[in-house]
Amino acid sequence: MSTQTEIELGTAGPAHDAPTTATQTPEIGSLIHARGLTKRFGELVAVDAVDFDVAPGEAFGFLGPNGAGKTSTMRMIGCVSPVTGGTLRVLGRDPATDGPQIRARIGVVPQSDTLDMELTVFENLLIYGRYFDLSHKEAGRRADELLEFVQLDERKNDQVEPLSGGMKRRLTIARSLINEPDLLLLDEPTTGLDPQARHLLWDKLYRLKQRGVTLVLTTHYMDEAEQLCDRLVVMDKAKIVAEGSPRELIEQYSTREVLELRFRPDVQDSLDGKLEGLADRVERLPDRVLLYTSDGEAASAEAHRRGIEIESALVRRSTLEDVFLRLTGRSLIE
Amino acid sequence: MAESIAAGRLRLAPPGGVGRLSLAATLAVLEYCALSYRRNWRGTLFMTFLSPVLFLGAMGFGLGSFVNTGATSGAAGASGGGATAAAIGAVGYAAFLAPGLLAATCMQTGAFEATYPIMARLLWTKVYHAMLATPIAVIDVVAGQLGWFAIRLSLVATAYFVVMLGFGLVHGGPVALLVIPIGVLTGLCFAAPIAAFAATQHNDNGFSVIFRFLVTPLFLFSGTFFPIEQLPVFLRPIALITPTYHGVQVTRDLTLGTAQLAPTLLHLAYLLLTVVAGVVACRITFGRALIK
Repeated sequence: MSTQTEIELGTAGPAHDAPTTATQTPEIGSLIHARGLTKRFGELVAVDAVDFDVAPGEAFGFLGPNGAGKTSTMRMIGCVSPVTGGTLRVLGRDPATDGPQIRARIGVVPQSDTLDMELTVFENLLIYGRYFDLSHKEAGRRADELLEFVQLDERKNDQVEPLSGGMKRRLTIARSLINEPDLLLLDEPTTGLDPQARHLLWDKLYRLKQRGVTLVLTTHYMDEAEQLCDRLVVMDKAKIVAEGSPRELIEQYSTREVLELRFRPDVQDSLDGKLEGLADRVERLPDRVLLYTSDGEAASAEAHRRGIEIESALVRRSTLEDVFLRLTGRSLIE
Repeated sequence: MAESIAAGRLRLAPPGGVGRLSLAATLAVLEYCALSYRRNWRGTLFMTFLSPVLFLGAMGFGLGSFVNTGATSGAAGASGGGATAAAIGAVGYAAFLAPGLLAATCMQTGAFEATYPIMARLLWTKVYHAMLATPIAVIDVVAGQLGWFAIRLSLVATAYFVVMLGFGLVHGGPVALLVIPIGVLTGLCFAAPIAAFAATQHNDNGFSVIFRFLVTPLFLFSGTFFPIEQLPVFLRPIALITPTYHGVQVTRDLTLGTAQLAPTLLHLAYLLLTVVAGVVACRITFGRALIK
């Protein structure tokens, strides 16, 4: 797989006939299969003809800035938002006709918690099991098991309201597992949580993945995507602009290392041309200059040799964040 | 097991959108409503059980002692509205008022339950959204929620009926028991359309309009406290088209033992039709609010 097709940023999604990514997923047996999937709200195009496949057992991520179309895509997969155009198959079925059958086998963690504040922790799980037509006994048994799994068993009979954000999120995840789903949809699972709560959640999701549960998640946290996703797509302005594993995306859209240089303000203004040839790509930010290169130390040494006055130099590995910012731009789109 | 909900769907509606009705899913929604009510039932006790006693005591017997004297003398004088006044006079004001209050209270309860609680589940707690992430379809949410209204309303109607029995205000024989399902229907005539309206709203501003300009006037002027013949002529047709009037009238006929088959069936048909229209409206507006 050495296809190095450069994607025109922001204009083209993956074309139907040309392989634009390094990873090819088998279409047969894929849990989610989308071709030309489109969602429009009146004039607004929320999702614009996207293609993707999710294989059983993988952790698949939708990465993108707010408003890129991630949630709309998730809602279509969750069969609560009718498809405007294109093809979508979830678990081999059509959401337009088999919504309830599909939903019976998936778990959903929505972006904002929809827990019932009037009920206790345990009751929230119990009644949710009833929605899946589990007997009271079975729903209760699974609820106990899941509360233990998300470490909320000591809060079993407490009201939901006073729980912390992280606890509520864990309860929502426990709830989404009550039907022992084949596919778990997580819309921004850790947004707004503190680092401890996020790491605990990641640990739980990692365990689910090990058990063979297919995870599909949206996030705008790069560390989350790198931690959890085997494969991801980057969405921007309703389209998929890149697809691959975190490693592949970094290789394809960034360099191995990044050299971050800081200068005195007057020096940075008079740098014209002096950084030429030091790196594959140079990006100037107001407070620093980023040099994308395979060897940061060498570039740093070369900059010193050229006599550039550097205040500080930092060599780091490229991250998904570099890829993300390159693909979706640095300016705030709202 | 969840598959059984999907497989057991009746083919009552075309696929897609709001989905086909499933009995198991509807019962699960009903169970949720009951569970939720268990947390709030204390607050509804006053409205359900104490208010019939207080209302009947104060209005039926307190105010009634005045009305009864007036009605008797009015009948003797055969002046305007004499016939109905005579009818009141014959049974006493409490027996006239009690069935009216039963129906009007059902209306009030139905209207209230369909406003804030529905908006909360649609917009604030998003309980319905959570349900739709399971095999439950919009049609099940509507059926379960309205089914729960019916149960709540039957409690209200039963409480009133028992109080009426206690005060010796039921004269119609066993057939008078029908006032309980009729109270439910009268309540649903408001609960269903108002729930449908609530599903179109983005804030609660519209609700105060409903209570000020619909529920309160209907409570007072639909024949609950006095016969609509006492209303100015131009208001009578308006009273006639309200479900409250029909609910009050048929309830009163049944507890006074004056019910006749044809008018009773007409009143019932009118109530049923209103409920069906409300259910259809709910299906549409709940679908629009939940499936986007």
